[in-house]
Amino acid sequence: MLRFLFTRLSLVIPTFIGMTLLAFFLIRLVPGDPIETMAGERGIDPVRHAALLKEYGLDRPVLVQYGIYIGRVLHGDLGKSMITQTPVLHEFFALFPATIELALCAIIFALVLGIPAGIIAAVRRNSIFDHGVMGVSLTGYSMPIFWWGLLLILLFSVQLGWTPVSGRIDVKYFIEPVTGFLTIDALLSGEKGAFRSAVSHLILPTIVLGTQPLAIIARMTRSAMLEVLGEDYIRTARAKGLSTLRVVALHALRNALIPVITVIGLQVGVLFTGAILTETIFSWPGVGKWMIEAINRRDYPVLQGGVLLLGLVVMTVNLLVDVTYGIINPRIRKSAA
Amino acid sequence: MSTPAISVPVVATTPRGPLRDFWGYFSANHGAVAGLVFVIAITFVAIFANFIAPYPPDLTNNTVFLKPPAWQAGGSWAYPLGTDAIGRDILSRLIFGARLSLLIGVAVVAMAIVVGIALGLMAGFLRGVFEIAIMRLMDIILTLPSLLLAIVIVAILGPGIMNAMIAVVVVVLPHYVRITRAAVITETSKDYVTAARASGATRLRLMFSEVLPNCAAPLIVQASLGVSTAILDAAALGFLGLGAQPPASEWGTMLADAREFVLRAWWVVTFPGLMILLTVLAFNLLGDGLRDALDPKLKK
Repeated sequence: MLRFLFTRLSLVIPTFIGMTLLAFFLIRLVPGDPIETMAGERGIDPVRHAALLKEYGLDRPVLVQYGIYIGRVLHGDLGKSMITQTPVLHEFFALFPATIELALCAIIFALVLGIPAGIIAAVRRNSIFDHGVMGVSLTGYSMPIFWWGLLLILLFSVQLGWTPVSGRIDVKYFIEPVTGFLTIDALLSGEKGAFRSAVSHLILPTIVLGTQPLAIIARMTRSAMLEVLGEDYIRTARAKGLSTLRVVALHALRNALIPVITVIGLQVGVLFTGAILTETIFSWPGVGKWMIEAINRRDYPVLQGGVLLLGLVVMTVNLLVDVTYGIINPRIRKSAA
Repeated sequence: MSTPAISVPVVATTPRGPLRDFWGYFSANHGAVAGLVFVIAITFVAIFANFIAPYPPDLTNNTVFLKPPAWQAGGSWAYPLGTDAIGRDILSRLIFGARLSLLIGVAVVAMAIVVGIALGLMAGFLRGVFEIAIMRLMDIILTLPSLLLAIVIVAILGPGIMNAMIAVVVVVLPHYVRITRAAVITETSKDYVTAARASGATRLRLMFSEVLPNCAAPLIVQASLGVSTAILDAAALGFLGLGAQPPASEWGTMLADAREFVLRAWWVVTFPGLMILLTVLAFNLLGDGLRDALDPKLKK
């Protein structure tokens, strides 16, 4: 196990270095130097330009600059936003809970619907239900979620007036952040109606963000289940006279869930990609919207820091998934080490 | 992940040729056939857009702003799917949009295949430091959320349809590199490659005439599924204002334009997205069908 852990960890370091390189060169690949970029279209006085170059250390050799950058990153210094002048790390952690809250709700939504749907589809293979689940999940998988969000707004917010169009909570509430998860904070605040408002704001974004993972998880659960249901031990269990429910829930599900867990882990990347679009559509104040705004404002330190941080989060989750998988399945452990 | 091809009872006594055989498996999958029909239809529409579309895509008519589709009160058959905020015919824009979206999808996949095969072949044949460097780079690309990376690339290069395509190519590249490299490694250990090598075939000859044709199947499947990813990603970039720029009638860009009218004109929002969904769905169905038909493991 220890050897597996080391092998897996040793893969992380080059990936991390690669990501820092990407983030570092990001700013330098933009036409013109960063100071000119910061100055924008107004241009900048050459003297001030030189002074700023020196101040930011941009007059030194690139390798030295990279060394300095790595040193700073390792100390948690990702620079300041050019617009708000607040440290990037600070802004990220202020907004990240909103993204996490949305992503967690979306993945729970996807699991709660996707796993049972996949199981039933597999058990009743080739039934109308099975074809329905497969059809719907392929549609969900092909769905342009930015359009899906607009459609849901059109139906539930505009036509039916059931859900709010954007934001995390009604403007009349001011909730002191404790956990950063607004639904929990609203409950803690004890303000009447705040929790309800927070939940109603969450519904549509959750559905939109959860659609693709839902489709993927349903398909994966179905195919994993089908594979397991064909195994000999399932036939044995059936031959013993166990009820279908018992065979499926106790014998098959446990083994079918192993590949599903991996797929769930892999959804983190999908979720962040989706979060960028979902947050943009619903004006959800998370890191996805923050990064899109950073692009529009040409706020490169935010973009640079955000890419690195999100990359780190995905990398860490992937690592955790791999390690968990290694714990569950000894064969993986052996073949990787 | 996919509906396995329903096995057809074989009645023919003479062995079928590989193409007939392939079609036998493929046509048994109704979804795949439906996908193929849609893809052919949309390709036809894209090629003959000039003749099919009732209006040029950019023709504005300031007497018909936000006209609803023909079947709704206030609509007319002159504009079957209605008009947008500056009086352009939505149907015509969708038809020309098909051309743009298909072009993006096909061009992205073509570029990704060429670069991906080149890198994959080199990684598989040369091994060593070169392979490690390429594969690590591909891992990094895969680690980052795909749209985020695409956005970053567009942020560096500047918004526009060409740069959006480059960004999508970079994002989808790792799949092609990995498939090619994996296929190369499996194939080079086989006897026929050893035989070819022993009879003095050069490395280039080994790469292109021996090994590459034998790893075509997974690449074809990936390419078909890749077109859908490319269309979807390019549309997402267009929607975020980073892809094709207005007044281009790219479907994602059309949606971005339509966003502010979501409250009053459902049709400007609904139709472009529907076209994206149907096209992506068709390519996914087609890709699934191809995979089932080409994968010998599923055929038994």
